[in-house]
Amino acid sequence: MSIVLNGKSVVLPGEVNSIQQLLTQYHLENRIVVVELNKEIVLKEHYETTNLSRGDMVEIIHFVGGG
Amino acid sequence: MSMLKIANHTFNSSLLLGTGKYPSFDIQKKAVEVSGAEILTFAVRRMNIFEEHQPNFLEQLDLSKYTLLPNTAGAKTAEEAVRIARLAKASGLCDMIKVEVIGDDRSLLPDPIETLKASEMLLAEGFIVLPYTSDDVVLAKRLENLGVHAIMPGASPIGSGKGILNPLNLKFIIEQSAVPVIVDAGIGSPKDVAYAMELGADGVLLNTAVSGAKDPVKMALAMKLAIEAGTLGFEAGRIEEKEYGVASSPTSGMVTS
Repeated sequence: MSIVLNGKSVVLPGEVNSIQQLLTQYHLENRIVVVELNKEIVLKEHYETTNLSRGDMVEIIHFVGGG
Repeated sequence: MSMLKIANHTFNSSLLLGTGKYPSFDIQKKAVEVSGAEILTFAVRRMNIFEEHQPNFLEQLDLSKYTLLPNTAGAKTAEEAVRIARLAKASGLCDMIKVEVIGDDRSLLPDPIETLKASEMLLAEGFIVLPYTSDDVVLAKRLENLGVHAIMPGASPIGSGKGILNPLNLKFIIEQSAVPVIVDAGIGSPKDVAYAMELGADGVLLNTAVSGAKDPVKMALAMKLAIEAGTLGFEAGRIEEKEYGVASSPTSGMVTS
């Protein structure tokens, strides 16, 4: 399945269908991140039940140094 | 010394520290520690997920010791600021937001109208809102009337190190505000911090003045002491300025005749 992840077109392996699986795929399951799916925030408790579809736009956001 | 109270939060330190542009995490950790700061600002950005895992400062912090103040830096409209603020809040790590809507790329001065709009929208969503604003006295009043939880007027442009350019405006803002006033941006050296506190500010937010110093850890300590000196100086009540000299020594009983 192909999605747009952080502005980049990527093809996900067949077993990656949910937000939770996407985070695992990128080794982010234990990181402090926030996920946006098609500009809507996905809450942590919905990572497992939120499925991805072809063409979805996903943003994985975090905190960086700033003033 | 008085505590800094922002909405339902209470802090012992009046210094708010930015987390950008330190030479290393090690230096940054030490600087944060010696500064005594309890509020740390962060920016919200896309994660660089396509490259090797890079260490993240926030993930190395003991989050029970610090209150996070994410900013909306990067936003040029109220809508963009609201989007960033929602993302920050969804982390579950914070309920405060520094509204920062830049209206001019060169001076990095804030857009007053978008700042006001963003503050109103975020207040309606239940955020604790701390807008970074210009040192406009009327704008500060308008923001306060909306219900913001602190006013953060800039001393001078972000990262400029020019210090306090308009102490009169800052003083007017401080005197009229019932919410805390935190002087934010443009701080260059400890004297600016002491000056802000002497004017009666409730706090100072700075980043580059420490992170860009030759010795950030030593400068962090200097800033902490400047906060203390300025606060005590304000509380003690300074003397009035006079036009001419007034002798400190007795004018009678002179040894010379």
